[in-house]
Amino acid sequence: MLYDIFIDPFVQMVEMPDFFLQVLWEGFVAGILYALIALGFVLIFKASGVFNFAQGIMVVFAGLTLVGLHENGVPAFLALIMTIGVMGILAYGIERVVMRPLVNQPDIILLMATIGLTYFLIGFGEFVFGGEPKRMIAEELGLPTGSTAFEMGERGLVILQHIDIAAAVIAIIMVSALGVFFNKTRIGRALRAVADDHQAALSVGISLNQIWAIVWFAAGLVALATGIMWGARSDVSFALEIVAFKALPVLILGGFTSIPGAIIGGLIIGFGEKIGEIYWGGLVGGGIESWLAYIIALIFLLFRPQGLFGEKIIERV
Amino acid sequence: MFYREAGQFKTSYEADQSLFPIRQDRIGLAVILALAFVVVPLTANDFFLTSIMIPFLVFSLAAIGLNVLTGFAGQLSLGSGAFMGVGAYAAYKLTTIFPDVNVILLVLISGVFSAAIGAIFGLPSLRIKGLYLAVTTLAAQFFLEWCFIRIPWLYNYNASGAIEIPKREMFGVVISGAEATPLARYFVVLAVTVGIAVLVANLLRGRIGRSWMMIRDMDIAAELMGIRPLQTKLMAFAVSSYICGVAGAMMVFFWLNAAEPSSYSITLSFQILFMVILGGLGSISGSFMGAAFIWILPVFLKFIPGAIGIEIGAETVEHLTFMIVGGLIIFFLIVEPHGFARLWQIGKQKLRVWPFPY
Repeated sequence: MLYDIFIDPFVQMVEMPDFFLQVLWEGFVAGILYALIALGFVLIFKASGVFNFAQGIMVVFAGLTLVGLHENGVPAFLALIMTIGVMGILAYGIERVVMRPLVNQPDIILLMATIGLTYFLIGFGEFVFGGEPKRMIAEELGLPTGSTAFEMGERGLVILQHIDIAAAVIAIIMVSALGVFFNKTRIGRALRAVADDHQAALSVGISLNQIWAIVWFAAGLVALATGIMWGARSDVSFALEIVAFKALPVLILGGFTSIPGAIIGGLIIGFGEKIGEIYWGGLVGGGIESWLAYIIALIFLLFRPQGLFGEKIIERV
Repeated sequence: MFYREAGQFKTSYEADQSLFPIRQDRIGLAVILALAFVVVPLTANDFFLTSIMIPFLVFSLAAIGLNVLTGFAGQLSLGSGAFMGVGAYAAYKLTTIFPDVNVILLVLISGVFSAAIGAIFGLPSLRIKGLYLAVTTLAAQFFLEWCFIRIPWLYNYNASGAIEIPKREMFGVVISGAEATPLARYFVVLAVTVGIAVLVANLLRGRIGRSWMMIRDMDIAAELMGIRPLQTKLMAFAVSSYICGVAGAMMVFFWLNAAEPSSYSITLSFQILFMVILGGLGSISGSFMGAAFIWILPVFLKFIPGAIGIEIGAETVEHLTFMIVGGLIIFFLIVEPHGFARLWQIGKQKLRVWPFPY
């Protein structure tokens, strides 16, 4: 028994390095997706302190809108631009209708409001585009769809899907773009000011409402990119909602307010989950992927409640 | 005018501290109980009982359970669905092991198992709170759901992976299993729900309930005043999970007849949380109102299009229901973040001074 837990998995890893690398790659790709969803959470949490449960459904909604528009005869790139427009309208609408009247309410009320928003978007998305899973229009958008096999000497080969590589590249581009946007532009600096201190930002003439709309729009764009990537790997369907919950342990690992934290947390969860499932999952009957992430986060919480990069939680009486 | 307590003098502490000190409240409660115990059984058809009243009562009880934890002890939980599942599976195992024992007794005992598991998953609450705690309860949710699927012992190695409720009788009346009449189930569920609600109401105004509220309002101050956070928080988790467990067991024994792991998914947890938030955090009557809103509204929405003569597909209705429920949740959160219980308070105040504005 002890042998199965502590030695056998590592023996397997060494004996079949190609398989191990494949598992690592799978974990990396899953981690990127978790990181992207978590990124959307972090953006909104930083700027408004709202814990946005609807991020997962925004991913589905963005993907659905894109595919749905294309199915109705809109060319792929025009559909992409129109979807960006839809996310913009959605962001403005959420700010105007949901967030503005709820300013200064306790956290749990805001959390519930975003869950209400989730329900609304599920109903709305299904009502407009239908509930069945859809195929993402990856080729039409010019994304690579093939795969490359890397030989590992005599050991075997590792297969990389091009779309996964594209996902990784796009994620890196998006994070750097966000970094530049936050640090170099006027609006980006305003966003950071709001994140630091709402009242001070207000007093120097930054419009909170405008900033919140922009942040929700940015989260919407991140959701769109995530939706495209996720949709290209599997289908665009509401099953993604469950995956979005994985963003919570990611946030705990990385800290609620840190963008690099979201990325690294996502990768840790992705790797941990896949390796755990493949090498240790068999011992308890498999399928441990559904909860392993939470347990990792739970153990982590006991030692470092503020996350890897989060601000230290100081409570004053 | 209608709701004025003028002239109702209290001459003893007992009268002052009673659960319903105002005569109108007592009359109102008596009317509601009379409706529930006499009028509904006499007039309602089977459909009304099985699709509206029984689930409404079960969910009310679950909402009371979560309200104890979230509303009174201030610990956010997203795992109530799984704790309901623990109760259901425990009750199922108990009926297989002790087939001759009264099934209601077993349902009430099954809550104990749920309480134990709830207390274990409540342990992290000693160190973390708020949204972080929500994640640990999510861990409970997904882990327990996984257990319901992967441990075949829990469902007696049934090929379908679901639990099916055997036929059980009490005083010669079939109360569980497919043959039980809706009326018999209704009375069982009603009796248990009312009984537990009264017990909880009494628990909450006693020492234990007040210590929960102290922890909720300010844990450090409560600690300084001699409340032990460890016992108090774990007790809240245990009591809350007990109630949820009983509700979950009743859900499968007296309503669904059979349950799969997916019956106790995260969706259920969210539904219960909605009931608590919309009904009003920290209010027993709010739990009932929230359960009524979240459960009965979608049922009604399904019948509205047919009633006004518009033909639309069942799927479309479901999508619209989602949209409307989501929209209404946001609407009520904006209009009254403290829930229906607060609206009822405001209404009572208005009734009190009517016909004058104040």
